[in-house]
Amino acid sequence: MSAMLAVMRRDLLMVMRRKSEVLTALFFFVIVSSLFPLGIGPEPALLRKIAPGVLWVGALLATMLGLQRMFAADHADGTLEQMAISPTPLVWLVVGKVAAHWLVSGLPLVLMAPVLGIQFDLDPSALGVLMLALLLGTPLLSLIGAIGAALTLGVRGGGVLLSLLVLPLYVPALIFGAGAVESHISGLGAGGHLSLLAAILTLAVFFAPWAATAALRIALE
Amino acid sequence: MSNRLINWFKFASPATFYPLAGKMIPLFWVLAALFGGVGLWLSFFVAPTDATQGEGYRIIFIHVPTSWMSMFIYMVMAAWAAMGLSLNARLSSMMAQALAPTGALMAFLSLWTGAFWGKPMWGTWWVWDARLTSELILFFLYLGFMALQASIDDPRRADKAGAIVALVGVVNVPIIYFSVKWWNTLHQGASVSINKSPSMAMTMLWGMLLMALCLWMYSIAMALTRVRAIILERESHTDWVKQLSEVKP
Repeated sequence: MSAMLAVMRRDLLMVMRRKSEVLTALFFFVIVSSLFPLGIGPEPALLRKIAPGVLWVGALLATMLGLQRMFAADHADGTLEQMAISPTPLVWLVVGKVAAHWLVSGLPLVLMAPVLGIQFDLDPSALGVLMLALLLGTPLLSLIGAIGAALTLGVRGGGVLLSLLVLPLYVPALIFGAGAVESHISGLGAGGHLSLLAAILTLAVFFAPWAATAALRIALE
Repeated sequence: MSNRLINWFKFASPATFYPLAGKMIPLFWVLAALFGGVGLWLSFFVAPTDATQGEGYRIIFIHVPTSWMSMFIYMVMAAWAAMGLSLNARLSSMMAQALAPTGALMAFLSLWTGAFWGKPMWGTWWVWDARLTSELILFFLYLGFMALQASIDDPRRADKAGAIVALVGVVNVPIIYFSVKWWNTLHQGASVSINKSPSMAMTMLWGMLLMALCLWMYSIAMALTRVRAIILERESHTDWVKQLSEVKP
């Protein structure tokens, strides 16, 4: 447990030393979401309708940006091998790294989403649901992404391959995340979607670190 | 010594499996041609014209079996991959690798024939319906599996990494299916179901089942052919491969 926190602190510290990487993903999210009204047109009714989907797809793509870095640097300088032979189970260290990734690339998106939601003319209660859905959904993105990142470690054309592997697996998060906001706007209530999102997150918290650890061990062979 | 135990695993070695596969391939081709011949005859000449859908419905004799096969092959592929990962058996991983392109082909054909069916029946090539979408995502999963295997040079690492992708995919397929089902849309209910009598004529059902068997046999024959090629490629350094008459210069 303490080793997990140490890995988390270390990853966060390394990110703080080079802030540009976090900011790049965040600005990517902002810019992509701001491009849609320019392409589609400024009618508020239309924007309200597409807002959940656009913001969620933006979040998906922004999360993808940072995924490759989750293990790559540690793999390159051998730190990962040291982690693999340390007495702490590797899976705890993976959990620490995933948590750090979420804090760096997921949490800022959650905090930024309401500001972008205002651009799309969402009302305050819908913004709340959007934040809640992203709060449940972005850890899921980091967890599933960790599997993809571990699998594509040191592989030719890793970046494109990573999106090919991971994006289809993001479909449920996208559907329930965007669906929660949509059904809230249409008056059906977001409870069902949010519960399902939470259920998938629970599953992923349990299984994804194991799968990512197995993939890391394969990469380190 | 327990001979029986050894016999169980005899064909787990590429060297013994390679000639066995060579002997089995013609058999499966014959079966595929037989089932296919009768199935096509039933579906084109015997099955009655559908009252509401006219002659165009006959595409389901290809469409439904390819959809079944695309899902079934994914399960079989994942099972082989899991066996390869847990037992560290080379041949199992090779089977998984050999099945992937056939499965992708089936998924593609299912989408393609579905589009041809949808145009006259629904008036559109594509709808964002639950089953269409999950079939499309299944197709992407096949592509991801093949792309990952192709981009890793070391075959053992490619096998294991592919196995993890296949297993993660298997866990996700039901989740994806049920999540996509939330937009309740155009696709008609399942044509064949276990707990109620089929809503179609007996001859149609037989045509569909025979076509499914035909594609099943075809998939086995193709997978065995491909696995033989993979064995030759990967085992090209061994003596037994160099002794083969088809390899000798």
